[in-house]
Amino acid sequence: MRCVWTDLSLTVNGQTLLLDRSGAAWWEKTRTLIFADLHFEKGSSYARGRQFLPPYDTRATLLRVAEVVSRRAPARIIALGDSFHDPFAAERMGAQERGMLEALAAKAHFLWITGNHDPHPPAWLGGAVRTEWHESGLTFRHEPQADAAPGEIAGHLHPAATVTRFGRGVRRRCFAGDARRLVLPSFGAYTGGLDVGDPAIASLFGARFHAFMLGAERVYAIPRTQVERRKRSEEIQPMITAIATAARP
Amino acid sequence: MLPARFQDWFAQKGWTARAHQLTLVETAQAGASVLLVAPTGGGKTLAGFLPSLIDLAERPRRSRASRLHTLYISPLKALAVDVARNLEMPIAEMELPVTVETRTGDTPAARRQRQRHAPPDFLLTTPEQLALLIAHPKSPQLFEGLKTVVLDELHALYNSKRGDLLALGLARLSRLAPGHRRVGLSATVADPRPLQRFLVPQPPEGEALAELVVAQGGAKPEIAISASDSYVPWAGHLARHAMLDVMTAIESAKTALIFVNTRSQAERTFQELWRLNENNWPIALHHGSLAPEQRRKVEAAMAKGVLRAVVCTSTLDLGIDWGAVDKVICIGAPKGAARLVQRIGRANHRLDEPSAALLVPANRFEVLECNAARDAVLAGELDGERQKPGSLDVLCQHIWGAGVAAPFDAAELYAEARSAAPFRDLSRADFDAALNFIATGGYALKSYDRFARLRQISDGPSKGKWRLAHPRLAQAYRLNVGVIVEDPMVDIRLQSRGKPMGAGGRRLGQLEEYFIEQLSVGDTFVFAGDVLRFEGLREDAAYVTRTHDPEAQIPSYNGGKFPLSTFLAQRVREMVSAPERWHVLPGPVQEWLRIQEWRSVIPKPGQLLVETFPRAKRHYLVCYPFEGRLAHQTLGMLLTRRLERAAMKPLGFIANEYALAVWAARDMSGLDMGKLFDEDMLGDDLDAWLADSNLYKRTFRNCAVIAGLIERKMPGKEKSGRQVTFSSDLIYDVLRAHEPDHILLRATYADAGSGLLDLARLSDMLARVRSRIVTRKLARVSPLAAPALLEISREMVARGEVEEDILRENEDALIADAMRVD
Repeated sequence: MRCVWTDLSLTVNGQTLLLDRSGAAWWEKTRTLIFADLHFEKGSSYARGRQFLPPYDTRATLLRVAEVVSRRAPARIIALGDSFHDPFAAERMGAQERGMLEALAAKAHFLWITGNHDPHPPAWLGGAVRTEWHESGLTFRHEPQADAAPGEIAGHLHPAATVTRFGRGVRRRCFAGDARRLVLPSFGAYTGGLDVGDPAIASLFGARFHAFMLGAERVYAIPRTQVERRKRSEEIQPMITAIATAARP
Repeated sequence: MLPARFQDWFAQKGWTARAHQLTLVETAQAGASVLLVAPTGGGKTLAGFLPSLIDLAERPRRSRASRLHTLYISPLKALAVDVARNLEMPIAEMELPVTVETRTGDTPAARRQRQRHAPPDFLLTTPEQLALLIAHPKSPQLFEGLKTVVLDELHALYNSKRGDLLALGLARLSRLAPGHRRVGLSATVADPRPLQRFLVPQPPEGEALAELVVAQGGAKPEIAISASDSYVPWAGHLARHAMLDVMTAIESAKTALIFVNTRSQAERTFQELWRLNENNWPIALHHGSLAPEQRRKVEAAMAKGVLRAVVCTSTLDLGIDWGAVDKVICIGAPKGAARLVQRIGRANHRLDEPSAALLVPANRFEVLECNAARDAVLAGELDGERQKPGSLDVLCQHIWGAGVAAPFDAAELYAEARSAAPFRDLSRADFDAALNFIATGGYALKSYDRFARLRQISDGPSKGKWRLAHPRLAQAYRLNVGVIVEDPMVDIRLQSRGKPMGAGGRRLGQLEEYFIEQLSVGDTFVFAGDVLRFEGLREDAAYVTRTHDPEAQIPSYNGGKFPLSTFLAQRVREMVSAPERWHVLPGPVQEWLRIQEWRSVIPKPGQLLVETFPRAKRHYLVCYPFEGRLAHQTLGMLLTRRLERAAMKPLGFIANEYALAVWAARDMSGLDMGKLFDEDMLGDDLDAWLADSNLYKRTFRNCAVIAGLIERKMPGKEKSGRQVTFSSDLIYDVLRAHEPDHILLRATYADAGSGLLDLARLSDMLARVRSRIVTRKLARVSPLAAPALLEISREMVARGEVEEDILRENEDALIADAMRVD
């Protein structure tokens, strides 16, 4: 099976998904916007342990969600689980953040896939709650499964990748995908990343999958083999000679 | 003046008490605090303890209750241990009834506990341990009889965050033991006044100063500069060309200390020396990334006098006296006159004999710097330091500690903090912000009231005082105490032969995580004296194997932590602009400057030279502020933003200690340089850039750890995996967007003034060169510009857009590969 992408859309099991630079996936055909690992109220969950992270992560995440929603105007939003950082997260959510979430729910129908952090998303959210969702050859679930049938769209792993050049690494969140499956980057403001080279991610794919890294304005497709590769400046010595010669009169 | 017992002892040893030692005894009798400024080898430590020894010698036998008499604080625990050992001799030989103990992170818990209720007469410790001691509920009993505090190597502490922590600790001691006196011991400094202020409680108005005693200076050092008339490198920091000179210097010495500026320089120098070491002289390596056991071994071998030389970094700038060292070799840039004096002082700890030093410049600019530094040292001039105000993140930590000790009154704690010299201008509003941060996070829009760390007592006699909300928070404080924040480190392990990766393996030391992250399997790098091959990362360790490659592929030079000092920069600039002084320089360096004079121009004192020229389809702009790499890097970030707005299409820049080179797609020679270098770049441009500067984020991370926003990673606690430790960058982004005035962002900004961004220095420079910019439009690269350009391929500087370039180019390389027809 070949992996096909044009302008960073990826065809997974026959369905074309656009990889949005924000880290969401856009399923144009069904006007569905897909997010993974929103981790609402992760900040305040640390406050329970008396570590006072800035309590603005939910707001920051929701503002970014709202930005993609206004660009894509989805009919449906699928959240791939771990939308809430812990079972009490929704209770701790501020009134303003609730309002923002409700405004989004008024624009698009929510489908909440459950995750390990949120096995029971709160009822007041509205929308549907499922552990998995199958549609047109795609399976939406939180945690990718090793033996999944082609067409799995999942989150959970928070993929990130590093490319290196001139001895400097750039690390970004990324999609990890091939023609059989796609793992979305985590979307929450306080969520970190797991390197795509980690067996937890790499073992899901064959040798040839891509890291689709999130740039400031677009997504960059980097083959897995390239993610660890680096260019070396082995040509330093000739260059020194050239410049030193030019500096003489 | 000395009691008979002490006079006899001095006589027995064949010594005479030095004048400054006697003066210190005198001031002690008057109960005054004092700063003793003395060069190394001046019997400084004994001078500090002499009054306490005399006091205890005369103490009536029956009053020998277990009371802490003298507290000694040093920046290094090794130094505390060494001083304890050195005190044994006079105490034993004069049969003084004095007990001496050390207390460091390595002291067993049982002994630390015992020290609290049955303390020794002298307790030797570090600023962090003092913070822990005063945060204990029983600290009033421990310190009530305290007579003297001795602060060693005060010059290395007072103007830093550790100094802030120490100052707040001392302020607390003033309350617990009113009337105790302090003795500060310092190397020679340009201005002793801030140190004198540091030693005594500051009144609400005006300033109080400790007395000052300056010891007679020792013999002037003998400083040679290695220079060849045939070859001086254009760039680089390794001084490979001079290794034979270094080897010769080692052979002519009993024991030599070889100082370099960075870990990787230490590794490379060590390798180069061993390549030339035909006699197999015992030459060792010492730097902060090596495993502690390995460092201890080297130190012990040094103390025994079995080593011929040690290649080391600033880890050995301070510390234990090794009598045998009779030569100091400094490779690379001295960076500052005071630093050079300190390093040279490590040789020959006898006051009346000159120390011998050899400076080994690695490139042409360093030749200038070495000459300027030698001149300054011989003239007895030193770098002044910009005085930093007390850091708010350290204040936060202190407030937490105060809550751990006992319920406190906010107004009293505020007054106490202001009596500490670094915090004498602290406003009540800033203090309250720090208090709120510790209590509930101090966020404006949302609060964590119900999870508070500190709560106000609502009734009873202590009404209104702040108390700790949960005993567990005392433990959390203890685990997070201190202001030294290391870069996240990764263990380097030697992979066991024939075993799978991750199964054991000897630990060689630690390296910064960011360095490891840029490696791919198969890359080789130098560490612990070997060329190692990176095999992979498993759990929190990087696994490596030894290789037989003579050369490592991955360089890791990053210039070292310390920038060229303002003072020394000034002297280098003066040297460059004075052709009549060039005759002392080696031939190739003179030729280099002459051709610069002929092809472009030598800037006059006070001027800033800006050159433009094309090269290989790019256009360059190179300027020479001589303000140190950090300030240049910041300038580079700001200039490229402006050049972008001017549609010059800047592509990148490189900064070194002396120059900044920017390259662009367009010719920049037509620009109004006065406007380009206008000070107003420190306004909006700076603000916009700070939003995503990696250096600024690192600064934030340090503040966040010190203030207790992010918990320190505890060894063994992070086993659950690297992916779950969340990044302070994410917190920074959110906080900056939603509460830009938060106290931690203000603390970060204050740090940026002097730390990684060196903003204060940049701002001084821009003011200095206003309307004194000389521009030259050249047909090709100038001699002065060449060294900077040579560094381009070695070091790239981070900038948001450059990051995007890296992504883009990787992809371009991929597409080119895919489209190739061969």
